[in-house]
Amino acid sequence: MKSKTAKITFLGLATACALVLSYVESLLPPIWSAVPGVKVGLPNIVIIYLLYKVSFKSAAAVSFVRIIAVSMLFGNVMIMSYSIAGAVLSLGVMAILKKTKAFSTVGVSIAGAVAHNLGQIIVAMVVMQTKEIGYYMIVLCVTGVLAGIVIGIAGGMLLKYTEKIKL
Amino acid sequence: MNKTDFLKKHRNDLLLIGGILAVALIAFAVFVLTMKKGDMVTVSVNGVEKFSYSLNENIKTVITTGDNGERSNVLVIQNGEAYVESADCPDKICVGHRSISKVGETIVCLPHKVVVAVVDGN
Repeated sequence: MKSKTAKITFLGLATACALVLSYVESLLPPIWSAVPGVKVGLPNIVIIYLLYKVSFKSAAAVSFVRIIAVSMLFGNVMIMSYSIAGAVLSLGVMAILKKTKAFSTVGVSIAGAVAHNLGQIIVAMVVMQTKEIGYYMIVLCVTGVLAGIVIGIAGGMLLKYTEKIKL
Repeated sequence: MNKTDFLKKHRNDLLLIGGILAVALIAFAVFVLTMKKGDMVTVSVNGVEKFSYSLNENIKTVITTGDNGERSNVLVIQNGEAYVESADCPDKICVGHRSISKVGETIVCLPHKVVVAVVDGN
């Protein structure tokens, strides 16, 4: 990134993009109504892109600004605590797996998706004071893998086709 | 891309997928094998156990929550199974949940902070 201004502008655009993807996703009907929280996680395409193309710090910043904005626009503080727990775990796991260089964007995004679900389940267990809700994690592992594959492929394609664009 | 290239590029990805699914499968197997039929249903609100009912009776009851009792979930127990018949929560996930009867099974209504759980009464 050439200048600080360019970086701020670019990350602002990325945040807007992630916000729009959150909104688009909220318009889609629930994939599986019996299990709450099953979704593809479209904004994660932006996060994967930033993680690979810019830096971990940028990905984390955009992720948190998106969560705060989405919570204020469409949700509440409760939703925010779930999202932040998911995002912290997900970003951490994705950054570590990316550093190992052993995985493609698909592997990184799968681990991120499952970690995101795990974070939310942990918050749910704390908030609801029930450990039984942990059983949902079994289902969320499988749906997390599927969501991760979709986002990983999409993120990989985005990176491949924007390879020549210098930031 | 031919098949060997694909495998080479995604070998670790596939191992990761396999690993996660294996863990989920083992957890599921343990969960199913250790499951037994319960005889009581407890209703917790905000993490505090509020009511308990026997699974052997046929009951229809309204669980009211919120500061002024403005939120409600209708719990039905029939033929040894419990389910939420209707609710005024925004997402209706509890209503869509299948009937529960085994120890450890739960129906959770996140908006109302209500957890219906099957327990072993003894």
